[in-house]
Amino acid sequence: MNNQNQDFKNIPGWGMDIDPDNEPTYPIKNYTGDDHNRSNYEKAEQQPVNIELLKSNERPRPSAVFGTSVPPSGLSGAIRRYAFKHSEDRYRHWIPLILADRINAWEGIIDDFKKGTIPNIVKERGWKSEFRYNPVNMIGKAAITLAVGGLMIKYLCKRK
Amino acid sequence: MLAMNYRGPYRVRTVERPMPEILHPEDAIVRVTRTCICGSDLHLYHGMVPDTRVGSTFGHEFTGVVEEVGPLVTNVKVGDHVLVPFNIACGKCNFCKQGLYGNCHESNTMATAVGGIFGYSHTAGGFDGGQAEYVRVPYANVGPTVIPPDMDPDDAVLLTDVVPTGYQAAEMGGIKEGDTVVVFGAGPIGIMAARCAWFFGPSRVIIIDHVDYRLEFAKNYAKCEAYNFKSMDDPVVFLKKTTDWYGADVCIDCVGCEAEGNALQTFTGKVTLMQAGAATALQWAINSVKKGGIVSVVGVYGPPFNYVPIGNILNKGITLRANQASVKRLLPRLIDHVQSGRLNPKGLITHRVPLEEISEAYRIFSSKLDECIKTVLIPSTKP
Repeated sequence: MNNQNQDFKNIPGWGMDIDPDNEPTYPIKNYTGDDHNRSNYEKAEQQPVNIELLKSNERPRPSAVFGTSVPPSGLSGAIRRYAFKHSEDRYRHWIPLILADRINAWEGIIDDFKKGTIPNIVKERGWKSEFRYNPVNMIGKAAITLAVGGLMIKYLCKRK
Repeated sequence: MLAMNYRGPYRVRTVERPMPEILHPEDAIVRVTRTCICGSDLHLYHGMVPDTRVGSTFGHEFTGVVEEVGPLVTNVKVGDHVLVPFNIACGKCNFCKQGLYGNCHESNTMATAVGGIFGYSHTAGGFDGGQAEYVRVPYANVGPTVIPPDMDPDDAVLLTDVVPTGYQAAEMGGIKEGDTVVVFGAGPIGIMAARCAWFFGPSRVIIIDHVDYRLEFAKNYAKCEAYNFKSMDDPVVFLKKTTDWYGADVCIDCVGCEAEGNALQTFTGKVTLMQAGAATALQWAINSVKKGGIVSVVGVYGPPFNYVPIGNILNKGITLRANQASVKRLLPRLIDHVQSGRLNPKGLITHRVPLEEISEAYRIFSSKLDECIKTVLIPSTKP
């Protein structure tokens, strides 16, 4: 695919946004000096906090607006509450959050069953498209999974 | 209303959810007409972004019709067809006032390291996203922009993220006339960055990836050179050699945390999660750029940390520039480029899928099936 474009100056728009001021030290912002006023800027009205909101401990109060999607709950929620006791600098903030995400996926499956829904893993994972467009890979992966599973079962039976 | 619903890594479905409500006087409710799956949504889909909760709705690229507005909304009105930048920005804090709309300080309670983003985990504010029939849009006086009447809606939806992010990637490169620019990653953002780089006057634009169909697409769309790193022994040596053993003037990382090409990075970043994803592209960018060159980063990495050759940044005197795109700042310029025909965003779209088939759409994009470049989801509520 090596083909250096010799006619680059005829590419529509070539060179029309050249900015001679855009040196590495030139910030892509309109510097106002307001940074020195720190957090004393005009703020929007505060959105009412009527859900459990986990707040970074690197700020004094919630942002003026926030998302209300999926408040913390269950075991994953307890882990998230622990994580938010620590700053964004700490691994004890991020690693518990990743752990909580994995637990949350299992909580989601349990919650589905509680509601009488059997999760359609095949559909949710889009395996129909994988099989349609990449059948060899899909069959190969299935064969490997079955083979490894079979060997594990055989090994466990032998141990018994 | 119908909405995308995350169930855990590699599992999504659509569910019926309650309609969004006005929760703040500057909110609007928007009926979604187009929404995309972004390459960065795949980091969520793959479980790579901390605090991605089961039950969340993704989607930060969307257009829609304003259905309802809060009492303080004056810049848009019911019935307006708007494109909504992926950043949630108040327009009043010091960062917004300086044009850093991707760094708003009043849109994310959960983290200070990133501003609020629609449908991008609780690390980015916990907002529901636009892969739904309706969505709550905070700060509706700031972000939503009325789509010009003569603009194709498919172009408009790509102005919410792909085009501004690609353009800013090139802009942050500080490209000078005659420069050689290397873009790592031939996904939608990388292709757009390569195309937009030409606006700044380089003589060569090179794109590096490992997926042949994407390289072929990039070569035709962005008029650039395209190389598969799997066909070369060492991409850094290749790039040094092709720049007369000097190094590129500007390197742009459009890959982020799920890069391939380096076994150690893959093992530590993707298999064991000992770092925030595989930083292979960033490592190559730092090592391929000339001394005193500029590395521009728009690829998404997780918040904890990554293994990158920081010593080489020091010793080579490299300037590292990075940010989430400031969509609102860039929109006037980019709308002009699109309306004048210099940019053709909708040329990136390869798949149009009903919202109901979202699981298949994610799988197709994630596994790069059917030569997918960019997927647009169409809700059934679209007029």
